[in-house]
Amino acid sequence: MKKFSLLLALMAVLALMTGVSVRAQDVTELTIWWAEWDPANYLDQLVDDYTAETGITVNVVQTPWGSYFDRVAAEWAAQGTAFDMVVGDSQWIGQAVTQGHYIDLTEFMNSNGITETVTPATLQYYGEYPAGSGSYYAYPTEGDANGWAYRKDLFENADEMAAFEAAYGYPLAVPTTWAQLRDIAEFFTREDEGLYGVGIYTQIDYDAITMGFQNVFFSYGGDWYDETFNALGVANTPDTVAALELYRELYNFAPPGTNNAFFAEMNDLFINGQAAMIMNYFAFFPALANPSINPFSEQTGYFSMPEGPTGLRYAALGGQGTSVNNYISDERKQASLDFLLWFAQEDVQLKWAQLGGYTCNIAVLESDEFLAVAPFNAAFAETMTFVKDFSNIPEFGTLLEIVQRNLHAYVVGGEGDAAATMDAIAAEMDGVLVEAGYISE
Amino acid sequence: MFRPHPLGAGETQILSRCCVSQVALKPAQNAAQPVARRQLSDATIVRLFILPTIILLILMNIFPLIYSLFISFTEYSVISDVPPVWVGLQNYQRILSDPTFWHSFAVTGRFALLSVALQTVVGFGLALLLRSKFTGSGLITTLILVPMMLSPIVVATFWKLIFNPSYGILNPLLGFTNINTSPEWLGDPNLALWAIVIVDVWMWSPFVMLLCLAGLSAIPDYLYEAASIDRANWWFQFRRITLPQVMPLLLIAVLFRTIEAFKQFDLVMGLTGGGPGDVTETVSVQLYQLAFQGQFNTGMSSALAYIVLVVIIAISNLYIRALNRARGG
Repeated sequence: MKKFSLLLALMAVLALMTGVSVRAQDVTELTIWWAEWDPANYLDQLVDDYTAETGITVNVVQTPWGSYFDRVAAEWAAQGTAFDMVVGDSQWIGQAVTQGHYIDLTEFMNSNGITETVTPATLQYYGEYPAGSGSYYAYPTEGDANGWAYRKDLFENADEMAAFEAAYGYPLAVPTTWAQLRDIAEFFTREDEGLYGVGIYTQIDYDAITMGFQNVFFSYGGDWYDETFNALGVANTPDTVAALELYRELYNFAPPGTNNAFFAEMNDLFINGQAAMIMNYFAFFPALANPSINPFSEQTGYFSMPEGPTGLRYAALGGQGTSVNNYISDERKQASLDFLLWFAQEDVQLKWAQLGGYTCNIAVLESDEFLAVAPFNAAFAETMTFVKDFSNIPEFGTLLEIVQRNLHAYVVGGEGDAAATMDAIAAEMDGVLVEAGYISE
Repeated sequence: MFRPHPLGAGETQILSRCCVSQVALKPAQNAAQPVARRQLSDATIVRLFILPTIILLILMNIFPLIYSLFISFTEYSVISDVPPVWVGLQNYQRILSDPTFWHSFAVTGRFALLSVALQTVVGFGLALLLRSKFTGSGLITTLILVPMMLSPIVVATFWKLIFNPSYGILNPLLGFTNINTSPEWLGDPNLALWAIVIVDVWMWSPFVMLLCLAGLSAIPDYLYEAASIDRANWWFQFRRITLPQVMPLLLIAVLFRTIEAFKQFDLVMGLTGGGPGDVTETVSVQLYQLAFQGQFNTGMSSALAYIVLVVIIAISNLYIRALNRARGG
């Protein structure tokens, strides 16, 4: 018994000593989780500067997109400390905040003036939850949205220009409205030449067809639900039906076989010379500017989303914000905040953009240096002022599945009509929102 | 046939003396052995060998099975820090009263029926063709087996290219040379399920063929010889000799393929993602969407998984009964 007591005392002393040593120990390394793609590689390069300045090693751990959310979610469930910071999708924020996985950055971002340095839209969609609350949980890191790439050699060809004007009564140019984009898509659809007007997102697996359609949907005045979470009569209006009809028309001008297409297929269509215009996230445009990948790189132009019939203009938002893990120690939280403070600096953001990252910093986006870095940066900078996201409430996954399934059935499968599709989406969404308690039955 | 050699009287005596002497020596030998070793009885050693397997089985199979059954009666999300809330049969009620689930069950049933039926016909046909040996038959059999050795995702990826109406090889092979009128296999609601069936048949008919070949090679030649002497025609021989003799193995092949067809996931995800709309959304795809893909509805997805399990057990039982009848008859 005496020996046992002695052992217990020894263990207690050891535990105390260990605890003391952890508390006293400075944080020497930080871990950031992100998906496996080029921007994460750019971040990996950028953090070397932080290590040089502070001596703190920053590890950027990458996970393939397909399993990224699953991995992060598993870590959340375990209240794990495998990462200090996570660059999370904009749609995750509601779930992460309501379940307590992210720390509140409001005070940190306000007191350091960070909220003033990033575009309002990116702050709202990447960082704020609930919408309009002024509470922030993520620093807008990788801004991204849908834009368009087009074949300048076709658009600027004198014969094509004359033929287009003769057919449609106005000059061929980069479209400024969805109606013009539709006409141009129709004009360049020449099945016998293997050339098609557009490439649009149609993939059903996760969120692609929804993201593609949202560019039209939002610009036609659509919303999935209003501020009281009412979807009925909001998602299914004559305007949103018209938006869906236009998206379906565009699908008719897309190359055959693009029934389940996303970003990789879009770039492939363009590189193969099959499409005169493609929609894609700006993050995937660097490949099109690379002559070793895209034979039309010299003739490739980029433009932002056109506007709807009433002048509204929106682009579906991609991109991510960096959040701090709520389950790490206070010292690690502080070290993570120190890193974010460094990362948010204008010169660091400029270098981030020069490396290839899509900054959300207003000053950098407006700078000549940024605009000159890549041929699509001007369109990107413009786009980031009118982005809009899908729902980010914790039930977003269920809502997304409803939209994906119904859109795909109509646009790709040709089932039913646009009005019935939008009605079905609104009704099913309403059911989910009622059940989740956002609205009463 | 092996028969044990009966012991002679002399051998019995020697054996008896030997055993008696061993028994007599035992206490002295035991005394010489270390104490620890003496304590390990044969039964203990057996248990020690079995124990790791039992522990592994409990941890990896039994516990998850029982725990997921419990979860199926709760409202629970694996990524939430909220503990499971008991809701009784609510998850099961919701699934069974939701038309989308019935739709996915119908799609799965249709797929299983078409796919397994075609695999049986094609697999059995191939086995009949390859039954008699000829030059290169070994090589041909091996080549036919290649598809089932490939990863389903790899298969789905290259079949996606084959089906592509712009540059895929299938449409021209079928005589569709005009790209504007060529069928869009994966985008047409009337063709998408057939496209998956075609790929599944291509991939798994060799499995049926393999089992049928094993069954065919076990049929004794004298049955056919006797039938020929009796002037039985080809169809009579097939119906009365070949089919009954192969039936047990054929039913096993059909059982395995039906179970696999009911779990079909990878080919569907790789080829159509369940689309267009939900035309090819099998139960497994729906289960995946419910359990992951941003929803993480663990309680409901566990309930759906148990419903699928019950359906598969029920179908398997029907097959096993048929198998027993085939063996008995």
